[in-house]
Amino acid sequence: MEHGLQSCHTCGLLSHPAPGAQTGYCPRCDEELHFRKPESLQRTVAFLIAAMACYVPANLLPVMSSTSAAGTESDTILQGVVLLWSPTGWPLSLIVVIASIMIPSAKIAAMLYLVLTVKRGAPRNNAQRVKLYRMVEFIGRWSMVDVFVDTFTVALIQLQPLMVVEPGPGLLFFAAVVVLTMLAVESFDPRLLWDANSPESTVAQVQPQHA
Amino acid sequence: MDLASRAEPNARDGSSANSPWHHRHGVWNRPLTVPSLVACPDCDFLQRIPEVPTGAAVRCRQCGKGLWRHKTDSLNRTLALSIAALALFVIANSVPMLGVNAVGRESFTTVAGGTQQLWQDGEKIVAVLVFFAAILSPALQIGLLLLITLGCGRPRPPFWVGVLLRHVQFFRTWSMIEVMLLGVLVALTKIAEIATIIPGLALFSLFGLVMLLAAMDSCFDPREVWERIEWANHKPHPVATAPEVQP
Repeated sequence: MEHGLQSCHTCGLLSHPAPGAQTGYCPRCDEELHFRKPESLQRTVAFLIAAMACYVPANLLPVMSSTSAAGTESDTILQGVVLLWSPTGWPLSLIVVIASIMIPSAKIAAMLYLVLTVKRGAPRNNAQRVKLYRMVEFIGRWSMVDVFVDTFTVALIQLQPLMVVEPGPGLLFFAAVVVLTMLAVESFDPRLLWDANSPESTVAQVQPQHA
Repeated sequence: MDLASRAEPNARDGSSANSPWHHRHGVWNRPLTVPSLVACPDCDFLQRIPEVPTGAAVRCRQCGKGLWRHKTDSLNRTLALSIAALALFVIANSVPMLGVNAVGRESFTTVAGGTQQLWQDGEKIVAVLVFFAAILSPALQIGLLLLITLGCGRPRPPFWVGVLLRHVQFFRTWSMIEVMLLGVLVALTKIAEIATIIPGLALFSLFGLVMLLAAMDSCFDPREVWERIEWANHKPHPVATAPEVQP
C-alpha cells in the first residue's frame, strides 16, 4: 500500500490503481479492488456485538428437549456436556466443551483485542497478533460441531412413542454465534495490524499515488 | 513506485482497440510488468515469489504467511481427486447414514434427513445453515474445482474458469463435512447409551470424502490457474457509460 499498489483479495494480482476516485477492478479476475477491506473494523465490531448478544441466550436456553415416558427434559449446551461425561465418553465431552464453550468466547475476546490494538495504534507484537488472527480463523469452524450434534440427535431419536428429541430455542442462537463470529473474522483485515502505529496515517495513505 | 514500471496494455487479442481499461462499473487497474511481485495478504509486505523446486513452499518474509507452494502436477491430481470426491459425495447423500434400534423400533436418517427434521421441527434457519454447510457448500466446492480443472485442460483456459475460481474460497470456508462428521460421532456416543447404532454406508463414504477433500485442497494450486486463464480485461466490455479517464 505504501507503494500505491493494490493487491487483489481474490487472485493476488498486484496492480496500479485507477486514476481519480473511480473504483478499480482487477484486470485478471474482475474483483473490485481496495487498499484495505472496506469498513473492516466497523463491520467486525458490528458482527462481534451481535455475536455477544446471541451468546447469552445460546448458553442459557435449551438446545434440545427429549420427550419420553418419563416426561420431558430440556438440556442446554452445558447440561449436554455433563450428560456426556462418563469414564468412556469424556474425550468427546471435552471436545464439546472446547468447541462450543471455550472457542466461541475465546474467539470473541481475541477479535475484540485485535480490533482494540488496531484502534489504539499498536505496540510491536505484530507477528504474534497476526498469528492469533490466523489461529482464530482456522479454529472457528469447529464451533459448528454442536449444531451438527443436535441436528443428528434430533434426526435419529424419532422413536414414537418411545422417545422423541426436538431442537430447542437455544440452537438458533448458538448457530448465530458461530456464524456471526466467522463473519467477524472474515471482515477483519489483518493488514490493519501492520499499518497502525497511528490509525490516522493509514487514512492519509489511502490516497492513490498516481501521476 | 519504481519496482515496476507502468504496464502497457498487453493486448493478447484485438480488444485493446476499444480501450481495455474501461470496466462496466469503473476502470480496470493496470497490472505490473513483474508478475512474480506480490503483497502478502496478511501483512501487505511487498516481495517477489522466487522460483522454487516442486514441493517447496514460499513464506512471507515479514509474517510467515504461506504465500505459495509449488505443487506437483496440480491440475491433473486435483481433477482426479475431484472426480473421486464427486462419486463419494453422491453415495454419501443418497444412502442412509445412520440408524438406531431401540426396543424393536428402528429409525434411519441421511444427511439431508437431518436438515429436513430440523425444518419440520420449526428450526428453519438452522436447517438452512446445516444444509448449506453440510451439503450445498461441499457440492459446489467439488463441482467448481472439477469444472475449473476441466476448463484448464484447454490450451488457453477461458475467462469463465476465473469466474468460478473467484467463488471457490467462499464455499471452502463454509464447507464443513469434517466438522459434521465429528458432530455425528459425538451424537453417536450420546445415543449409544439408549439405543443400538446401525452405521450406514454413507457414514463410511463421509470418512472417505473428508480425506479426499483435504487431499483435493492440498493439491490445488489457484496461482497456477490464475497464471493461465484469459484475463478479465481482455474481453471486449461495454464502454459507453464510463467517462474518459485515460491520461
